[in-house]
Amino acid sequence: MAEFMTFFVAAVVIVTGGLGVIAARNPVHSALFLIQTLIGVAVLFVIQEAHFLAAVQVVVYAGAIVILFLFVIMLLGVDKAEDLGVEPIAGQKPLAAVIGAALAAGGIITVVAAVDGATGSVSAPGIGEDALDNGYTDIERIGRVLFTDYLLAFQITAALLTIAVVGAVVLTRTVKADDLLDDLEPASMDLAPLAPAGANDEDHHEPVDEPARGEVV
Amino acid sequence: MPAELELTTSYYLVLSALMFAIGAAGLLIRRNPLVMFMCVELMLNAVNISFVAFGADLNDVGGQLAVFFVLVVAAVEVVVGLAIVVAINRRRRDATADDVALLRG
Repeated sequence: MAEFMTFFVAAVVIVTGGLGVIAARNPVHSALFLIQTLIGVAVLFVIQEAHFLAAVQVVVYAGAIVILFLFVIMLLGVDKAEDLGVEPIAGQKPLAAVIGAALAAGGIITVVAAVDGATGSVSAPGIGEDALDNGYTDIERIGRVLFTDYLLAFQITAALLTIAVVGAVVLTRTVKADDLLDDLEPASMDLAPLAPAGANDEDHHEPVDEPARGEVV
Repeated sequence: MPAELELTTSYYLVLSALMFAIGAAGLLIRRNPLVMFMCVELMLNAVNISFVAFGADLNDVGGQLAVFFVLVVAAVEVVVGLAIVVAINRRRRDATADDVALLRG
């Protein structure tokens, strides 16, 4: 009973947080509602004995990802209220609401109709079928399976993280080193148009004087 | 109201479906790319709830491992996506998702 009440409270927190994310006019408020939802999900993980994931959820999601969102919001200065009444595409919001309601109804009906519960077989039998009550903590179980059965996926994850770091640096870099030598100007956040006026018009066949440079590589 | 309420997997799955729908609707409604990314995070978390619920139901730690990998991929997606948002905002202020429908500056 106490477990059910915990679930109910966490579910209310999650759903109100989710609705707040999509309803808040200020992106900062959306980020704060997102933290509310993530904490609720962490509570659900605790109920299901996934303590490691609950801790990671709070540390990585609420502590790192949402803070990254807030950094970018503050950096770009877009933390002002958005006029939600503006609708460039006619009927977008009612249609989106209908699609969302249909998605929710479909998912809920599917779950309620499927009275047999989960199907399928256990994919990680390395620890044994009694994995949840054989004395191992969930961190030990995750560690054992992660570094045996899922080792390749784990290493690919490392490569993915490296690629993401390099990609983020490349995407946000502004001025190349040789451009700095040419211009002898400090790196500026708001660059002048890199191509001469008219180069982006329809007749851009004739080459411009200086070699074309990528805008933001 | 029954005397003892048992917390079955279906409760988690219904909540997961609801949360996923909220995220999907928000992704379609909002035009601010930052808020759209937050809605993607909502959808990923909805799926994480399902993974953990199924893992607990099947007595399988693989569900928790799937959540672990989803978490890493979500972090990567946010890093690259926010870098793109920063790069776009350097070119034009207050860009919404509609303004960058063409893949050229």
